[in-house]
Amino acid sequence: MESSSLKQDQRSQASDLESMVVRFAGDSGDGIQLTGSQFAVSTALSGSDLATFPDFPAEIRAPAGTTFGVSAFQINFGSGVVKTAGDEPDVLVALNPAALKVNLPILREGGLVIVDTGTFVDRNLKKAKYESNPLKDGSLDAYRKIEIDISRLTLEAVKDSGLGKKDALRCKNLWSLGLMLWLFGRKRKPIFDWLEQKFAKVESIRDANIAALNAGHAYGETTELSANFTGFRIGPSELAPGTYRTVTGSQALAWGLVAGSHLSGLPLVYGSYPITPASPILHLLSQMKQFGVVTFQAEDEIAAVCSAIGASYAGSLGVTSSSGPGIALKAEAIGLALSVELPLVVVSSQRGGPSTGLPTKTEQSDLYQALYGRNGDAPVPVIAPRSPGDCFFMAIEAVRIALKYMTPVILLTDGYLANAAEPWLLPDIDTLDPIPVTQRTTPPEQGRAFNPFERDPVTLARTWAVPGTPGLEHRIGGLEKSYDTGHISYDHENHQKMTDVRQAKVAGIADDIPEQTTEGGEQSGALAVVGWGSTYGPIYHAVIRARAEGLAVSHIHLRHLNPLPRNLGNLFDGFDRILVPEMNTGQLVTVLRDRLLIDTIPLNKVSGQPFKISEILDAIRDELLAKAAE
Amino acid sequence: MNNVQTVSKPTPKDFATDQEVRWCPGCGDYAILKCMQRILPEIDARPENTVFVSGIGCASRFPYYMETYGFHTIHGRAPAIATGVKLANPELDVWVVTGDGDGLSIGGNHLLHALRRNVDLNILLFNNEIYGLTKGQYSPTSRIGTKTASTPYGSVDRPIDACQFALGCGSTFIARTVDTDQKHMPTVFKRAHAHKGASFVEIFQNCIVYNDAVFADFTDKAVAAEAQLHAIHGEPLLYGKEKNKGLRIKPGTVQLEAVIIGKDGVTLDDIIVHDETDKTLASLLVNLERPDFPMVLGVIYANPESTFEAEIHKQIESVKAESGKADLNAFIRQGRIWEVT
Ligand code: SF4
Repeated sequence: MESSSLKQDQRSQASDLESMVVRFAGDSGDGIQLTGSQFAVSTALSGSDLATFPDFPAEIRAPAGTTFGVSAFQINFGSGVVKTAGDEPDVLVALNPAALKVNLPILREGGLVIVDTGTFVDRNLKKAKYESNPLKDGSLDAYRKIEIDISRLTLEAVKDSGLGKKDALRCKNLWSLGLMLWLFGRKRKPIFDWLEQKFAKVESIRDANIAALNAGHAYGETTELSANFTGFRIGPSELAPGTYRTVTGSQALAWGLVAGSHLSGLPLVYGSYPITPASPILHLLSQMKQFGVVTFQAEDEIAAVCSAIGASYAGSLGVTSSSGPGIALKAEAIGLALSVELPLVVVSSQRGGPSTGLPTKTEQSDLYQALYGRNGDAPVPVIAPRSPGDCFFMAIEAVRIALKYMTPVILLTDGYLANAAEPWLLPDIDTLDPIPVTQRTTPPEQGRAFNPFERDPVTLARTWAVPGTPGLEHRIGGLEKSYDTGHISYDHENHQKMTDVRQAKVAGIADDIPEQTTEGGEQSGALAVVGWGSTYGPIYHAVIRARAEGLAVSHIHLRHLNPLPRNLGNLFDGFDRILVPEMNTGQLVTVLRDRLLIDTIPLNKVSGQPFKISEILDAIRDELLAKAAE
Repeated sequence: MNNVQTVSKPTPKDFATDQEVRWCPGCGDYAILKCMQRILPEIDARPENTVFVSGIGCASRFPYYMETYGFHTIHGRAPAIATGVKLANPELDVWVVTGDGDGLSIGGNHLLHALRRNVDLNILLFNNEIYGLTKGQYSPTSRIGTKTASTPYGSVDRPIDACQFALGCGSTFIARTVDTDQKHMPTVFKRAHAHKGASFVEIFQNCIVYNDAVFADFTDKAVAAEAQLHAIHGEPLLYGKEKNKGLRIKPGTVQLEAVIIGKDGVTLDDIIVHDETDKTLASLLVNLERPDFPMVLGVIYANPESTFEAEIHKQIESVKAESGKADLNAFIRQGRIWEVT
């Protein structure tokens, strides 16, 4: 039975919305990620701002139809500024009972749910652990629903393709995509182009997919659905003028590293070991060999970082990447890099921890690890991009700091940023600042020995002399070195001096990074919401909404975590209270207390899901209204 | 290249640093260092193009004493760091200095993969069957029953043979030599250096403090001739003072047999001629056990294959040639882009 229980008033209310959150959900074999990302492409091309968030199942091949095999893709798009993938979906497309079971709880009350009734048979209901059919038992009463036998309609649409039933049913995602494109007034052309390209060699599959897409679209246009439902229309957003594309954090990060290599003129050597959610960077860079990029899939995490250190030692730009468990394994080698003072970029894509934790879920719980996770007094600069597109610029920043200060740099991203996508104003690489690099080539004067630890008086960076350079042969190692000669030294005063200079070098980077500003709101007030990394989006929106309610709140977002911007303490002084939302148990809170001697208010979440705007907004209201009233 | 440097040919002294050598007096490491400083000028090595990478342990102090580029890294990781060096600059002449603990225990994985990938490295494993730097614990090459600080009742775990390991890893060059043999060691080092790809050299090195004379049964001058077989490509596998002993295939088996020419009807024709490209023979030779068999030294296996870094760079060059001038601005504008006005 296909019916729509949409009521006229609800529709007009929905179509007035400035932004809309749509969630596609189905079995991991249903092609949900493809459907979602193609919908995103079509949406971007229509000029809306957007943000996406893929929610993969933890298992690679979970049994079909089970709740733990459910894959989802969420997209938030609108005519205003969009910085998160949205809190609660307004529309849920559920391609099987398990997808409905997992995702219904987060659907906004009164939201629209589109289900494939063809899959709501006893076997699937049982697999999803439904005791009765939710389509019949009133479970969906709080929502608007569109029930369509998508399975059957897809089979009908592609019956001339010659595909067997199993392959034919695989086109279900394209059928649903066609319907969604109609619903939101999106063009089908980009999807056709994509299908043409992807299935250029297998015409039968291409044609079947096109047929399914058209059938879904036509269904929306011609069936009774159109009688009481004319679709949502989200207009173009107010993005700054320029050329855009959608970009995920992983893409932006990979491209930023290549840009850093280009701007510094040093070849990029990327040593990495497969780990979720960092692997896409390895995949992307291995497709960029035309830029001279060397990618090395090492035997383990330790070899990955060591190969990058070896490459830097030999004069290249060494980069390694991993997630928390792998970063733990690299700790000793990062200590070596900072002791021998070689440039190294370490990308850490955080995920749920501790131990193996939640590999596919996002978290920010490796801040301590980045700042402190080594033996000895071992300071390392730490930076964090705040959005997918920002990964590009922070990757360049990591390269800049590593080369200028001859130091390892840790770039903290996370699973959310890695997979999330947003429209990105394409930069012109030719206008970016070059990164100057000095590799010494002149031998010391006759009779004088070369000291590789001779320092630049301003940056305190040591001299970089690369193997292959005549007259500058020297030895380095993890044993303490003499400040004056670079030779091994066990002298205690020398160790004090070297420890101090390593500390001072990293601390001094504070003079070379931008002063902290507020993202939104005044430079002082009753409350500042301070974040770092991927919480940027929800904090941004929560602060805007709170300010619209008349609350005196500002947003401060840190991109440099070690050293902190010089003026941060002064900036904080202007606020009565500071709220710190973090996807951990309060790590930045501790750091701020340590560095600035201030007490901040933690707002913590470690559920594997990003913050919702409403969670932060509630906390702001709580601080400024409820507590203030006490 | 710097002209001043290329005018005069370096001498062994030019390869020695001014750093005080800190091994125990009488340690086998001294002889290895001397040998290295001696052969580098002979093979026309340039100090600026030569890099010594080491891990942690007594042997790993080696780079500090070589007037070349040197990197004393962390425990076990030298092959991984050296791999990065070669990926960045395949032109460099890279030597890895490691020990039985560094290379076969904590760093076993990296050694395995450097050998498997055939990175063009000269890997010298100083085997003294003990942890020296940490004051005498048994190592993965220590024989069962070895009494040390950590095994006062004798070790119980089975040792690994370095060359068997290397062969199993797919090494394309395997050789053995002895620290005190200043005639044999240089020839092995030169062969290792000439080999393109990962060259694995096991050096039996005496730790005079914690494991003295552990190899004496075949390294002592008095017994060496009878107990060592110097394998030479194309020559019969003979040993003994009179060169009247040799190895043959035991009739009816796939095993080696130590025989005496002239005894039991054995003639020179029965003795196997060493073929260093024969992996099966190499595997038989590294499996021979003392004291029933001589210790086989020299180049046991050498079969060059394309190196890892050469293949990596070949791939990069072919992609470059195919795609024309790489333009990052154009690259990030591939796919769907749109204008906002
Ligand atoms: S402990 Fe043994 S191996 Fe180490 S330096 Fe002394 S003698 Fe040589």
